[in-house]
Amino acid sequence: MVNSNKKRSVGQKQSMAGWAFLTPAVLLIGVMSFLPMIQALFLSFQTGIGNKMKWTGVTNYIRMFKDPVFMQALKNNFIYLVIQVPIMLILALILASLLNHKDLRFKGLFRTAIFLPCATSLVSYAVIFRSLFAVDGLVNNILIKLGFLNTGYNFLGHPDSARIVIILALIWRWTGYNMVFYLSGLQNIEYSVYEAAKIDGASPIQSFFRITVPLLRPTILLTAIMSTNGTLQLFDESVNLTNGGPANATITMSHYIYNVSFKYVPNFGYAASMSYLILFLVAFLAFVQLKVGDKRD
Amino acid sequence: MTKGKKFFAYTFLIVVSFISVFPLYWMMVAATNRSVDVTRGTLMFGTALFDNANKLLGSQNVSTALINSFKYSTIMTLISLLICSIAGYGFEVFHDKAKDRVMSVILLAMMVPFAATMIPLYQMFSKARLLNSTLGFILPTISTPFLIMMFRQSARSFPSDIMEAARLDGLTEFQIFYRMFLPTMRSTYAAALTITFMNAWNSYLWPKVIMSDAKSITMPMLVANLTQGYVTDYGILMLAVLICTIPTVVIFFLLQKSFAEGITGAVK
Repeated sequence: MVNSNKKRSVGQKQSMAGWAFLTPAVLLIGVMSFLPMIQALFLSFQTGIGNKMKWTGVTNYIRMFKDPVFMQALKNNFIYLVIQVPIMLILALILASLLNHKDLRFKGLFRTAIFLPCATSLVSYAVIFRSLFAVDGLVNNILIKLGFLNTGYNFLGHPDSARIVIILALIWRWTGYNMVFYLSGLQNIEYSVYEAAKIDGASPIQSFFRITVPLLRPTILLTAIMSTNGTLQLFDESVNLTNGGPANATITMSHYIYNVSFKYVPNFGYAASMSYLILFLVAFLAFVQLKVGDKRD
Repeated sequence: MTKGKKFFAYTFLIVVSFISVFPLYWMMVAATNRSVDVTRGTLMFGTALFDNANKLLGSQNVSTALINSFKYSTIMTLISLLICSIAGYGFEVFHDKAKDRVMSVILLAMMVPFAATMIPLYQMFSKARLLNSTLGFILPTISTPFLIMMFRQSARSFPSDIMEAARLDGLTEFQIFYRMFLPTMRSTYAAALTITFMNAWNSYLWPKVIMSDAKSITMPMLVANLTQGYVTDYGILMLAVLICTIPTVVIFFLLQKSFAEGITGAVK
């Protein structure tokens, strides 16, 4: 009896130590993420400037669906999401499975080169791509020298080509990042599985689809959710590559929310309601991806 | 692999590697050339590096931005690693039902987009007079679910008999963490350091919101400001980009190996 009491008190002591260990981090997340999230929810039902806020019901939410700029921003985020994320993830998967081959040389060199873009800041690479695709930029220079163009084409001045440049830049920056996740996922797969498949007559493409993809499913799911989340929150690229232009044709939701909050006459209530749409979309898409991706065969 | 397939694989990898590295090579080339030569499409290193440096340092307060970026990122990384590693360790080593439940709530914070918390945080920080301050820079992202999860995963491999032995020797729980766990988890700390420092150094939206004072700006903000002018001097602009990129590339090369190991731990 005495013994079990003593045990319990040791256990309690440890449990208390555990709470002490995690309290600072948990408190910070509570005050810096969850509290402002709730405040933003209240804000989204208010209107006004500064401290003179008054309740307005759901007008902000109705307004955003009639706001052509926000609708364009929503559409842009989805264009980037639907085109860029699949291309990037598939490319990363192919690169990772190539670099996982045993009899390939210079693997470390290739891996470093392909991961290198991740070491550049978002502002930096946006500015580099903006300069490369400028009217007097290198891409136009090369196209003129090769005879495809007579004068420089304003890639960033036309909505479609500007969006394509943003998509190319995103693929450039993030493919290596996702590849590293796949490479470490592949390390958990025994290489002998591939050798056995080869002996059984499986082609490399067959073993890619029958072994690599199914066994990497948890990692693919993780990267898909992370990329979706990131794409719905794009900001730096929209600001520094195209500045949302021409005429808001490439603006993203976060960029527009920033403009509404800090660039134009501040309208925190309306901005908060738009941010809640992002929150809803992120949560909804993560839920769908978990439902689809977590199925067991 | 057959010879043909190998040839295809190498060609593909070389092309992708080239595309990955080329824009960074071009950035360095442009930083050493006059703007006119950059727009003419030169691909060779030039001799205008010092000219560009003089013009950049003359027109922009680079040293202030650099010092700020180093200060914010270093303080952020140190405190963040400490808070998150203690928490991750606590969640794993002392786990029970209540703590596991707290962890799953914490993970939900990963889903909260920054745009949704940015405005209330701005209001909160301007009331608390934290605008233009280091504390203001670090507070919102100093404790992240991602880092906590990473340290929680690595604590799983920490042998419990070492802990028992240490307890019998009379070490307190914090001493066990500090003297036993911390030194053995080097690669996790290295990966966490790389990720946190890079995120802090590269962050743009939050500093843009709270650093209105020219004395508080960061290096990415300085680069972004350079593009706002009517005419862009590519030589100067790319030199600024280069300066902004060097610290993260250096850290990346120094810690590349542990970074890959650390991520492996986080995915498992």
